[in-house]
Amino acid sequence: MKAALLHRSKPSAKWFVKLITTFTFLLLYIPLVCLVAYSFVGTDPVSGASFFTWNWYSEALKDEGLRSGLWISLWVGLWSTLGATILGTTAAIALERASFPGKKLFDAFTLVPLIVPEIVMGLSLLIWFVALGLTLGAFSIILAHITFSFSYVIITVRTRLKDFDPSLEEAARDLGATPAQTFWKVTFPLIWPGILSGALMAFTLSFDDFLITFFTAGVGSDTLPIKLYSMIKYGISPKVNALSTLILLATILMVLFIFNPKKKTGLAAHS
Amino acid sequence: MLKLIGIQKSFGNFTAVRNVDLTINDGEFFSILGPSGCGKTTLLRLLGGFERPSQGAIQLDDRRIDHLPPHQRQFNTVFQRYALFPHLSVWQNVAFGLQMKKTNPTELTARVEEALELVQMQEFGNRSITTLSGGQQQRVALARALINRPKVLLLDEPLSALDLKLRQQMKVELLALQRKLKQTFIFVTHDQEEALTISDRVAVMNNGIVEQVGTPQEIYEYPKTLFVAQFIGSINSIEGEVKAVTQDTILVSGLARRPFSIKPSRDGQRPLPLVEVGTKVKIMVRPEKLKVLKSPPGLEYNYIEGILKESLYHGPETRFLIEPKDKTNSCPMIQAVQTNSAVTARKPFASGDRVFTAWSPEDCILMGAEGPLPLPEPKTAEILSDELPIQNVVLN
Repeated sequence: MKAALLHRSKPSAKWFVKLITTFTFLLLYIPLVCLVAYSFVGTDPVSGASFFTWNWYSEALKDEGLRSGLWISLWVGLWSTLGATILGTTAAIALERASFPGKKLFDAFTLVPLIVPEIVMGLSLLIWFVALGLTLGAFSIILAHITFSFSYVIITVRTRLKDFDPSLEEAARDLGATPAQTFWKVTFPLIWPGILSGALMAFTLSFDDFLITFFTAGVGSDTLPIKLYSMIKYGISPKVNALSTLILLATILMVLFIFNPKKKTGLAAHS
Repeated sequence: MLKLIGIQKSFGNFTAVRNVDLTINDGEFFSILGPSGCGKTTLLRLLGGFERPSQGAIQLDDRRIDHLPPHQRQFNTVFQRYALFPHLSVWQNVAFGLQMKKTNPTELTARVEEALELVQMQEFGNRSITTLSGGQQQRVALARALINRPKVLLLDEPLSALDLKLRQQMKVELLALQRKLKQTFIFVTHDQEEALTISDRVAVMNNGIVEQVGTPQEIYEYPKTLFVAQFIGSINSIEGEVKAVTQDTILVSGLARRPFSIKPSRDGQRPLPLVEVGTKVKIMVRPEKLKVLKSPPGLEYNYIEGILKESLYHGPETRFLIEPKDKTNSCPMIQAVQTNSAVTARKPFASGDRVFTAWSPEDCILMGAEGPLPLPEPKTAEILSDELPIQNVVLN
């Protein structure tokens, strides 16, 4: 737990290492910087001169299509995250703690959605939903999103379960806790960070998925990515830049809030 | 009273514990001692309810308990690495057992305070588990396990994670605590010194079998099997062959021109085994029973002549390594230990000296070449009836 602090000198980076690092960072972040910059640029229709404006933001928020797309994306994200988190957590516990016939096969199958190409996944889900006679809409998108995001929840929760000493659960049982009490008082608080990061990942995946959603969405259930794509087909509007900047900001705030290192006592306590 | 009757535990093809019969008295400090992989931890887990026996029964006060899950047993465990809940404070850890039983808040507070006081951790209630030292964690684990006032406290190598000094100290505290509470403690360890110092009785295990149960003195002085003799402390083992058997003496040849004589121990606890002339045997002698001399001893002693190879100074005592003059492959070196009060004063021996190492015929343990030798009838029958498994128990 408390590792002795050993002081050793670290080699300083060579010039070419610094160069490659700089280049990589530029490659990663220039597009984002451009996106944010363009969301503030207005063009005078007469002179063609550029100027700073907040206008695109109000335009974006006023756009009925974008608003409904955002709303559907959040709605789908919420329910698919909830579904994937519950299914993924219970599956992770079964895989880590229980033994049952066919466990290895089950284990392998839970990871298949990670490697199946999205196009195959989207197409097969579409065929399956049509065969079932399911009306394509928000519900079919939610089901589709659960199928690919629950694998990620399994991975994050399992890592957490692997890390913690099974004798903690035994200790709880030993002290008189029923299996249910053991789960809620010991297991759940200890794997909570894993569940949370799994849920966050599931939400992110759901929120920006395009391909599978495209296949499984019906009329009037366009999520934000699909809406954006269809708008771009008729020319790029800086409204899109403004909305993307807002999403970027929201993401950064969310990550800062949830992964705030000062709040990680539960996590740090057991590492 | 806790009884284990014909307990067997298999994992697939591997049998971890086989046919264990034990009776543990109320208020006893009972140790289970053995090398790693001998089945001692499995036995403890069977008692705690984390494993079900494949065969046999466990009874507490004549009530069968082996089918009960851990939370329905009046046993509590101190785990090897304490297994303290990292997301709870010291106070919450100790209170856990009572909270599960929905004890009312007034009583809960009083008993948690009492338990913390018992282990001298009152000041640490609000601390996080991760800020505690090993010894402090050990104490919290003890308080947490004792708060439910268990009928039996199970301790799984609780001292092994501590450094030497702390281990010595906690050993004494543990014993004092047990004497104060008068609860049954079952203590699993691989450390023979720990087991010998603090136990009322010790069960020595090897390969899933209980080899011997007895007081620390019994298992050290009167080991019944080759394994117990060799695992507890160190021992010299000399191979030989029985040359003559009389009423109170057995003569055995080997390693010296004059045969060794073997007599029953002075207190009568170790009778002479039943052997015939020609039987291959092992004479076993503890190093501290050997004297190192410059000239041959009197006729009443056994002795081996040899060259002193090494004197190892240990502080309180010195260990001498002597190469026998007629050395064999099975016994290339004899060890003798003598306390230093006498030795250091004179420094009588140097490496390379010709020495004689001598011991009394009463201090020999005689074993067969392959295992224990049969003992005379009356004594055997008496011991067996004491430990006979109860026949009318329904086994699953």
